[in-house]
Amino acid sequence: MELLNTFIKGVFIENMIFAYFLGMCSYLAVSKSVKTANGLGLAVIFVLGVTVPLNYLLENYVLKEGALSWLDADFATVDLGFLSFLMYIAVVASVVQLVEMIVEKFAPALYGALGIFLPLIAVNCSILGGALFMQDRQYPTLAEATSFSLGSGVGWWFAIVAIAAIREKLRYSHVPAPLRGLGITFIITGLMGLAFMSLMGIEI
Amino acid sequence: MTTASPVQAPAREPLFSKKNRKLISDPLNDSNPITVQVLGICSALAITVQLQQAIIMSLSVIVVTMGGNVLISMMRNFIPDRIRIIVQLVVVAALVIIVDQVLKAYQPDVSEKLSVFVGLIITNCIIMGRIEAFALGNKPWPSLLDGLGNGLGYTWILLAVATVRELLGSGAISLPGMGQIKLLPQEWFISNGGLYENNNLVILPPMALILVGIIIWVQRSRNPSLIEEH
Repeated sequence: MELLNTFIKGVFIENMIFAYFLGMCSYLAVSKSVKTANGLGLAVIFVLGVTVPLNYLLENYVLKEGALSWLDADFATVDLGFLSFLMYIAVVASVVQLVEMIVEKFAPALYGALGIFLPLIAVNCSILGGALFMQDRQYPTLAEATSFSLGSGVGWWFAIVAIAAIREKLRYSHVPAPLRGLGITFIITGLMGLAFMSLMGIEI
Repeated sequence: MTTASPVQAPAREPLFSKKNRKLISDPLNDSNPITVQVLGICSALAITVQLQQAIIMSLSVIVVTMGGNVLISMMRNFIPDRIRIIVQLVVVAALVIIVDQVLKAYQPDVSEKLSVFVGLIITNCIIMGRIEAFALGNKPWPSLLDGLGNGLGYTWILLAVATVRELLGSGAISLPGMGQIKLLPQEWFISNGGLYENNNLVILPPMALILVGIIIWVQRSRNPSLIEEH
């Protein structure tokens, strides 16, 4: 039950886009059509779902103070916490490289459509943000960290598909010229964020 | 981080030639990292509730953009193309670790409030974007100026949004080292029998997005060349 709670919290209440603004760059740039948005969203779910558990293991068995004590009792006082940024980003960058190769091999059409944004998942703030939130909130078990990461991935996918659908419809409406494109997307995201805030504080 | 010296220029163009000045002034308006290049939005919006946090955050970002640009520009001829993203990330991550440790030592309470967002400077698209687009193909001195310019472009948006949000949301202004300065007398508030109340809506995170949307609107109506088709 605890796992389901963390998952639903990640999707709706602590949504990466609407509550923390993480991964905004690709969210704004790739949300012109639902199809590519969907592809990128799925890639983000996958990368988040893989990297956060990996980083969880890294945090708890290598980096945290006393985490190395499984090696030898002498290491119980070693604290490698200051290295966490470097280690996390290294894990993220290598997983992204792997995903890029897999997508290129098995889904060349999607690879062409995502273009530059696939390697840019490495610098998508929501991925590293997932790892840092995991470290910040100190989830007790690996399963819970995984359900958090999947939840926030699904939340991100949901947000980008929703805005892409709205932007496709927006083509047919009369937006003031200076507001077209980026400006109106910002404002709509803000309004969607306000709507999502009504979910805040819900205890499941 | 002011390490670059322009000794290698064969034609000896002046340090602040017209081209170099443009590197600093362009990102403030025509190619602003946030409103035009759409880079670095992630962290820009989450930490603009208080001016103090915004100032510290922008200083950190300026340090990292300048440092990262200069270091990568100095290494640009030795980095193999295939692994350049990882090299860039490692350089940027090392700089961010330094910034993070300095903040923890000298501004512990601000560092606490910024929480994960200092770490997220690593993935701040401004830094990677400028390294990819500029530092990989230019000498250290112009790269330094480009980093400074883009850092400043990021800073003014951040400061504008943070000032509006703090002023309307809590009726105060906070500066590093001085704490929060209340601008309105306490008797004016409804809770003390007055007529004024803070607008809590502005404190909510989505309002930052709407404020940036309005900045974009104003900027593009003054500068019609930036208007998009759709």
